[in-house]
Amino acid sequence: MTKIKLNIGVTGLNNTDNPGPGVPVIRSLRESKDLDVRIIGLAYENLEPGIYMENTVDKTYQIPYPSSGSQAFLDRIEYIHSKENLNVIIPNFDAELNTFMLAEARLKEIGINIYLPTLEQFEERSKTNLPKFGEKYGIKVPFSKSITSYADINNLRNHFDYPLLVKGKFYDAYLAYNPEQVINHFNKITAKWGVPVIIQEFIRGTEVNVVALGDGEGNTIGAVPMRKQYITDKGKAWGGITLGDEKMLEITKKLIKNTKWRGGMELEMIKTINNEYYLIEINPRIPAWVYLAVGAGQNIPEALVKLSMGMRVEPYKSYDIGKMFIRYSYDMIGDISQFEKLSMTGEL
Amino acid sequence: MEKLKYERPIINKINAGVPDKFGMKVRTQIMPKIENHSVKELIKNYGSPVYVISEKIIRDTYKEAYQAFSTRYPKVQFAWSYKTNYLDAVCKIFHDEGSWAEVVSGFEYNKALSNGVSGSKIIFNGPDKSDDDLEQAVLNNSFIHIDHFDELYSLIKISNRLKKTAKVAIRVNMDAGIYPQWDRFGFNYENGEAWNALNRIMLSENLELVGLHTHIGTYIMTASAYGVAAAKLADLAVRVQKKFNHTIKYIDLGGGFASKNTLKGAYLPGKDTCPSFDDYAESMTNALINSEIEPDKLPTLFLETGRALIDDAGYIIGTVLANKRLANGRRSTIIDVGVNLLFTSFWYEHDVLPAQETSQQTEDTTIYGPLCMNIDVIRAAIQFPLLQKDDNFVIPRIGAYNMTQWMQFITLRPNIILLGVDGNVHVIREKETSETFKNAEKMPKHLDKK
Amino acid sequence: MKLKSNIAISDSGFIFDPVSGDSYTLNPIGKEILSLLKGNKSDKEISDFIFEKYDIEESIFEKNYYDFIGMLSHHNLLEEL
Repeated sequence: MTKIKLNIGVTGLNNTDNPGPGVPVIRSLRESKDLDVRIIGLAYENLEPGIYMENTVDKTYQIPYPSSGSQAFLDRIEYIHSKENLNVIIPNFDAELNTFMLAEARLKEIGINIYLPTLEQFEERSKTNLPKFGEKYGIKVPFSKSITSYADINNLRNHFDYPLLVKGKFYDAYLAYNPEQVINHFNKITAKWGVPVIIQEFIRGTEVNVVALGDGEGNTIGAVPMRKQYITDKGKAWGGITLGDEKMLEITKKLIKNTKWRGGMELEMIKTINNEYYLIEINPRIPAWVYLAVGAGQNIPEALVKLSMGMRVEPYKSYDIGKMFIRYSYDMIGDISQFEKLSMTGEL
Repeated sequence: MEKLKYERPIINKINAGVPDKFGMKVRTQIMPKIENHSVKELIKNYGSPVYVISEKIIRDTYKEAYQAFSTRYPKVQFAWSYKTNYLDAVCKIFHDEGSWAEVVSGFEYNKALSNGVSGSKIIFNGPDKSDDDLEQAVLNNSFIHIDHFDELYSLIKISNRLKKTAKVAIRVNMDAGIYPQWDRFGFNYENGEAWNALNRIMLSENLELVGLHTHIGTYIMTASAYGVAAAKLADLAVRVQKKFNHTIKYIDLGGGFASKNTLKGAYLPGKDTCPSFDDYAESMTNALINSEIEPDKLPTLFLETGRALIDDAGYIIGTVLANKRLANGRRSTIIDVGVNLLFTSFWYEHDVLPAQETSQQTEDTTIYGPLCMNIDVIRAAIQFPLLQKDDNFVIPRIGAYNMTQWMQFITLRPNIILLGVDGNVHVIREKETSETFKNAEKMPKHLDKK
Repeated sequence: MKLKSNIAISDSGFIFDPVSGDSYTLNPIGKEILSLLKGNKSDKEISDFIFEKYDIEESIFEKNYYDFIGMLSHHNLLEEL
């Protein structure tokens, strides 16, 4: 069987100690038995490692941050499309998802497919709406409140016990033991991501995650649960192992069925010592550890690309339990001339 | 040989990999004209800086908003929020389009009357209404929106004394799922205070309960919050109907719609995140139509939206005074528009657009106003093209609040001009002169020595 | 005014300072001036060149030029006198 040739744009090439999912997604696609992919890297920064890694991107273009406005952002995407004839874009950067969702129809018209949740699904699961989401779908979530100013910090003692979690709208989560620390984290987070800042009850237990893919009609195309074995000081997994936890799969399938989730997702849960599962966050995209799922037998990025091309995809039925991933760091050698080319022309 | 076009030489350091909020450079938009009027000509004729208001944009925006609601709901009435911009010419355009007046002080009330608005088409809001104000409003059959119990009791007294029925509504505050929750105005829904106030009104001989009002906040980005608010007011209307067999004539959902300006601290620009009039209308009218109010008793929907109707129609144009290097090498540009004239720059990241061709080169710049005060910052950090002294710029989308919350500080307020739909430029407020201030001042005799 | 001799200017307007490891971008006119500085031209020669080629008032260029030189000095790209 001949492989299907596709040109795929991928963001999130920041394979650092706080990695974006771009590089693992590309790696998964390159291992596909059915797809022959040309990868167009879409980079925000000139030092995103994925730009320089071997056998990763075929070509990279710099793109403006979504904060410069959707017009400038989409103009650039359309320019790249005119050169590269993109079939699919896989967005991997939380702050860009909103812009891509709003532009889905416009991109579809020119032949670029995006496979993301709907805006309603996206909004509904946002950190600020999580309590309502839990209530609606019958899933336990930690108590949380959104705050917008210092004045709200003093009132927290009426609703929370310390320690508590202070979270940004898109990224960042810090544990705070007292109001002074909350102020500190509040400043840090608002400077980067703006308001609101989310205050969340701290649930003690083991952090477990699921990477999953929904087809928009309630079917779970793939789902692999994992426990982080080692966590960096940035809270990122540096090692993890696939679990045979039926309860986690049940929660995931129920959630995808009830929300008719479309696209990739990562469910972050805490399993308490009483074996209760609390949903702490839903990331509406593929997580950076997705390659573990591929290693365990479920090529979720490949399935996502197929779905976005309107192809029929049979749900994965199983995966290997006890597969592990161990992240490592690696120094590549680059040259100032590459850096110059990217900085001056926006392409490499 | 013809000489080439010049631009300032610049050197920018490349920040390797460090997350840079600006990312890749984007083309700078320029704005040499506002509706066929050259910015340079306007400045030459009317001074710098000068406020510019477009009559066409006001009318188009109003029509768009009205259409969004009137196509979804049978009875809709807008009331122009005077505090947002109470220049008489602006108010008259809104009244001409069919808006009533929504005022929050005796001063604004009298302005509305002098603009030819009939007393029975004025909605009187706010926590500060004097007994004289209330008396005038009762006599003119205006709609009085009661803010607190003290006002309710004043009004009972006044209406009894005048032996005249006052048409009243209460302002209700509530949890509509948005934060911060505005609980300082009106009576609370959840704790039953609003219901108590309604009962008190229904038992008063000279108060006629005609409406229910809420105003859930400002710059509301979540259209669905209005649906929650509408449903709660509808619930109060149904309870009043059941208990007193009394029909509420209107539900006033206030204003607070976002404009396309970008709030400080917001990650995405306002243009991308601001809901449309259709979004707001859909949420409100669905909630009302789906409520338990009987279809033949559906109340009129009143709207007092201000910002979203006028922001886009206002510009301030001005001139670059100087360029300067800060001690750390950062560029700063000083312009003749400061926070005295652009109060909204305290919470918006206003666009500042060059009024003449520039190259696509930009530098990370701080834009300062001309005031001799450290807080006078128009943009703390903006990728800005290389303007020279005496170049002009346009700050768009400033029609809301700037011409009412402005400050007279060390200088005088400039002209305000209207680009009329008749194609002409009209001065609608003359620039102030030293006399403006002198006339209001009085000198005690013992100081009046030559 | 003299540019440090080890500063490399590329055609694209990219410059790399091998001592600090920092890199910079120049707009076309900035690149021209830097090349002239690298060729040990005097301030007078540089401004004459610019007036010949570009449509610009002397006083404006003078301000911009010293601002630019100030930035080069700020970035440590000039030889210390």
